[in-house]
Amino acid sequence: MQNPAYLMTGLLIVTGLLMVAALVLALGVAPDPVNLATPTERFAQRIFYFHVPNWWVGFLAYLVAAVAGALYLVSRQERWDAVGVSSIEIGLTFNTIGLISGSLWAKPTWNTWWTWEPRLTTAAIGWLMYVGYLMLRSAIENPQRRARFAAVFSILAFLDVPVIFLAVRWWRTIHPVVIGAEGGQGIGGFALGPTIQLVFFVCLGAFTLLYVTLLWMRLRTEFLSHRVERMRQRLLFR
Amino acid sequence: MQHLCKIGAIIAKDLAAELRTREMLGAMFVFALLVIFIFNFAFELRAENQRALAPGVLWVAITFSGMLGLSRSFIREKDRGSLEGLLLAPVDRGVIFLGKMLGNALFIVIIDCIILPVFVVLFDIPAAALPQLAMIAILGTLGLSGVGTLFSAMAVHTRAREVLLPVLLFPLIVPVILSAVKLSAAVLDRLPFAEVQSWFSLLVVFDIVFGALSFLFFDYVIEE
Amino acid sequence: MIEIRGLVKAFGSHVVLKGLTLHIGAGEFMTLVGPNGAGKTTLIRILATLSRPTAGQVLLGGCDLTADPMTARRMIGLVSHRTLLDDDLSGEQNLLFYAQLYDVAHPKTRVEALLRQMGLWGRHHDPVRTYSRGMQQRLAIARALLHNPPVLLLDEPDTGLDRHAAETLGMLLRQADLGQRTVLMTTHNLEYAAAWGERVAILVNGQIVSQIHRAEITLATLRAQYDQYAAPV
Repeated sequence: MQNPAYLMTGLLIVTGLLMVAALVLALGVAPDPVNLATPTERFAQRIFYFHVPNWWVGFLAYLVAAVAGALYLVSRQERWDAVGVSSIEIGLTFNTIGLISGSLWAKPTWNTWWTWEPRLTTAAIGWLMYVGYLMLRSAIENPQRRARFAAVFSILAFLDVPVIFLAVRWWRTIHPVVIGAEGGQGIGGFALGPTIQLVFFVCLGAFTLLYVTLLWMRLRTEFLSHRVERMRQRLLFR
Repeated sequence: MQHLCKIGAIIAKDLAAELRTREMLGAMFVFALLVIFIFNFAFELRAENQRALAPGVLWVAITFSGMLGLSRSFIREKDRGSLEGLLLAPVDRGVIFLGKMLGNALFIVIIDCIILPVFVVLFDIPAAALPQLAMIAILGTLGLSGVGTLFSAMAVHTRAREVLLPVLLFPLIVPVILSAVKLSAAVLDRLPFAEVQSWFSLLVVFDIVFGALSFLFFDYVIEE
Repeated sequence: MIEIRGLVKAFGSHVVLKGLTLHIGAGEFMTLVGPNGAGKTTLIRILATLSRPTAGQVLLGGCDLTADPMTARRMIGLVSHRTLLDDDLSGEQNLLFYAQLYDVAHPKTRVEALLRQMGLWGRHHDPVRTYSRGMQQRLAIARALLHNPPVLLLDEPDTGLDRHAAETLGMLLRQADLGQRTVLMTTHNLEYAAAWGERVAILVNGQIVSQIHRAEITLATLRAQYDQYAAPV
């Protein structure tokens, strides 16, 4: 990186523009799906452009954290721990937003804020696991031990997510599966036309870029705080 | 063979120490009973809904009292310094993990064995269901104590100690609780095994996979 | 016997040991003094393989600690200010358990001999919880000597002992030392450090600042040196 400050500003501007474009496309350009009956349902459907990319980012963030955890255990380099905690903080934020936006959509569509459906349940349990991750970190003072425990936990938690999902899935599901399924299944499902698909992938790209930007910024603060800590130690224990 | 002897020695030591005081087993047993009683008060379990809630009550009792035992497991060692004594010995870390894990599992299985007959009496369940329930209890207990032992070793090195263990452990063992409850319900409802076979496989696979992962990660947790 | 080269241990950005170098010959009894937080316990924990060095090397009779901790563990006996024992079990049960872990041959006879040597045979069936502090510390020494290790590490073994118990401890240690054992002991008590050690090292702020040999050790010289280096800033 020659000029991280310029790169950072550039990335910020691109991400911002793409997010605005995604917003305009999702609310203004994308057509109503053909098979949704009531106006409320059609209106609520537009959350799809944010809700799904949002979950994608959450998943990606947890995946990145698990990989960073494995890399930390192998290499013992502080920076992988920084990547892990930064990624999980972002993932948890998106996880929280996803739970709220999902509830907002579920009320008009399923006529309930919450139901014990596999995806919802898994999301809620995942949320609890990663809140536990942050609690674990905050309860350990020794930085190397904190990094080790966090790495172990983030790997185990990530591997557990599909198992939990599978377990909860054997109850009946009502969540719509719109991607890779004909015409949409589940209550509130809908068909994906070509424009809808295009808008959706723009949104997905925008959110992924948003994740990268946030991770980068969070990492920078993490590294800066490490530097401050090292300088403080050098002054105190010369 | 040598490893097996040492695993056995660790289990025997924990068991001998516990049998001298019996404070942990006693507390776990009373706690499990209390959970069953409290559920009876809280849900006013009458004849018609008793059977439906029984598996849930049983597994809440087992997991909660198991948590009690697991959280003590390393706190005892740490406070006395005997954990360091173990780490000083020329013994593979995997041996220490297996010794502690099987010891923990043994304590919980002892509680299972006492609580199951009580449960059968209180919920008016045919005694013929006991062997199957016991097998499910053992499988569930193994799932609980694999990750549980790893997290117990983690929690003891944190400031929050025993408070942290349930927070970390409960979300991860959701698959164990779910499948154990489903299997127990199937036994009570006398469903054919084929209908719940997938739950059985899930439980066994979870026990093996997460047991093995905990075994592998234990080294990272106890080193300094 | 113990060769420490450029040992560094950091907890995050806090560096406890700063390139410590020390050589202890075979059969030597070395005492290590220093103020709180100087890194004494950290050093002992690294030598006992309980803690990993951040950098540097420790050789124990030619065996690299980090490369082959299993071999090293067989060569080390550790007595710390805690007993490292399970206090719900009896003294004998504790030692028999550790004898199994260390693959001691004829554990029964070995344990009995050690308990007699430490003057604990009369209480060998009682739980460790009921022992006095002095007896617990003697049992801890028996535990450390169980596998007859060539190296004995003592981390403030005199903590919490009254004068009489500490004298007994010193006597037992010198007895145990007869078998050509290499001993490294940390303590806060300059008197014991001067009386028991063949060589005294002063550890301040993660580095060895001074070493005094037997010929020059008197309590007065040690005290003067200690005050010179370890005076609070």
